[in-house]
Amino acid sequence: MRHLVVLAATLMLGATASAGEVRAPASFLSPDLRALQDDPSRHPGWLWVDGGEALWREAPRSGRPSCEGCHGPIDGMRGVAARYPAVASDGALLNLEARIERCRTDNQQAPAFGYESEALLSLTAAIALRSRGLPVAVETEGAAAQHLAAGKRFYETRQGQLNLSCGQCHDENVGRRLRGDVISSGVGTGFPAYRLEWNTLGSLHRRLRACSLGVRATQLPYGAYDYVALELYLAARARGLPVESPGIRR
Amino acid sequence: MRQALAALLLALAAAPAAAQVAPFVVTGDAVSAPLDGLAGDAGRGARIVRNRETANCLICHTIPDPRETFMGEVGPPLAGVALRLTPGQMRLRLIDPTRINREAVMPAYHRIADLLRVDPRWQGRPVLTAQEIEDVVAYLATLRE
Ligand code: HEC
Ligand code: HEC
Ligand code: HEC
Repeated sequence: MRHLVVLAATLMLGATASAGEVRAPASFLSPDLRALQDDPSRHPGWLWVDGGEALWREAPRSGRPSCEGCHGPIDGMRGVAARYPAVASDGALLNLEARIERCRTDNQQAPAFGYESEALLSLTAAIALRSRGLPVAVETEGAAAQHLAAGKRFYETRQGQLNLSCGQCHDENVGRRLRGDVISSGVGTGFPAYRLEWNTLGSLHRRLRACSLGVRATQLPYGAYDYVALELYLAARARGLPVESPGIRR
Repeated sequence: MRQALAALLLALAAAPAAAQVAPFVVTGDAVSAPLDGLAGDAGRGARIVRNRETANCLICHTIPDPRETFMGEVGPPLAGVALRLTPGQMRLRLIDPTRINREAVMPAYHRIADLLRVDPRWQGRPVLTAQEIEDVVAYLATLRE
């Protein structure tokens, strides 16, 4: 696996995207990683997908229905992940993880799985897979507009001891090398993703926390509003690009 | 009494942090006087520039050293930088490049004011001390080709 990482870095093309163009993360992957991402038989993320599909059918101890009990087979979730984050009926902005947690606590009356738990990552991956290849289609108008604006503000604000905004890397320096990495357009379409550096599957917020730390800014808690609003803005930037989850990353 | 003591303690606690950023005078696009009048050491500067935990210059720049791999290309190569910039110009670019270009991508290495959401571990501290800035300037001044 280590060799793969080195190889991936060596093979990576230094193509620089023209400013403003948001490219699919897969287009920044080395041919090896890209092949791995496209091959369920070798992609380690499928362990979580399989786990998520089992959880989907499993009834909670509360005596309430399983996910399947209310929603039917998981294939019915086609296209759902492509629409998240979305504003719920009570006005809250929910990402896919938070939407699942809501069903867990309110509809199943069971204790929340918890952000970054194996169970939540698995269900998220299994549901997101049902949108693989479909274009990102988040709602950005109406009730979503104010959240989108908050996310955009966060994205454009310089922060941390290194005083960098997200866009200074993910718009202005796309395609350039930052040490061993080639900077991508910084969208979340591949998450949850299996990152070789993590040696496990992780959520988009885990990746965002890594970028916050990279500029020595406060790492926000998982599920923090600012990250969810940012997630919406990233999805708006990625509109029309295919969902890649579960992704494979360095 | 209580209050006076508390105020004194606060002042004492704040003093070292403020003292961590040396005063400097900008003339044109340079800071000609060494920070705190310190002399830099090129050998130490070379190590600081390569340090992946602190300065981390090489995530964005290349230096002329074939032993270094995976260097970045966000900033210009540092080879020959001493032919392009005076030590004073290098010093200001390290202290705070936004003084030259508001949109600069390079981090300000000796500034604590007006930064947002700084991780508590680094709050009130510049990335590099005055001595480290002088060491890095001394090293950069050796890059003549
Ligand atoms: C008691 C029935 C019930 C159970 C059990 C249930 N849900 Fe739901 N779920 C709903 C309803 C009703 C909605 C629509 C809520 C709304 O629109 O406000 C929903 C919405 C969702 C959505 C968003 C769908 C969309 O189109 O936006 C997802 C994803 C979801 N549920 C996942 C799950 C998962 C995963 C489980 C199991 C852990 C689960 N649900 C268990 C009733 C249920
Ligand atoms: C110093 C440059 C830098 C800054 C600033 C930065 N990032 Fe990143 N980011 C990276 C690098 C390097 C990677 C890993 C390579 C890649 O996928 O771009 C990355 C990865 C990502 C990814 C994962 C992309 C994928 O498909 O795997 C997302 C999403 C992301 N960043 C979002 C952000 C957001 C949002 C911010 C602002 C809070 C931010 N980044 C700030 C450098 C940066
Ligand atoms: C996040 C990326 C980044 C890091 C880290 C970084 N730089 Fe820079 N540097 C740049 C960029 C980009 C420029 C071009 C001006 C600008 O946009 O800021 C630059 C410009 C410079 C210049 C002026 C070069 C010239 O030819 O005009 C010098 C000298 C320099 N950097 C030295 C350093 C040193 C020494 C360090 C570490 C202490 C460092 N840089 C860290 C990105 C970076």
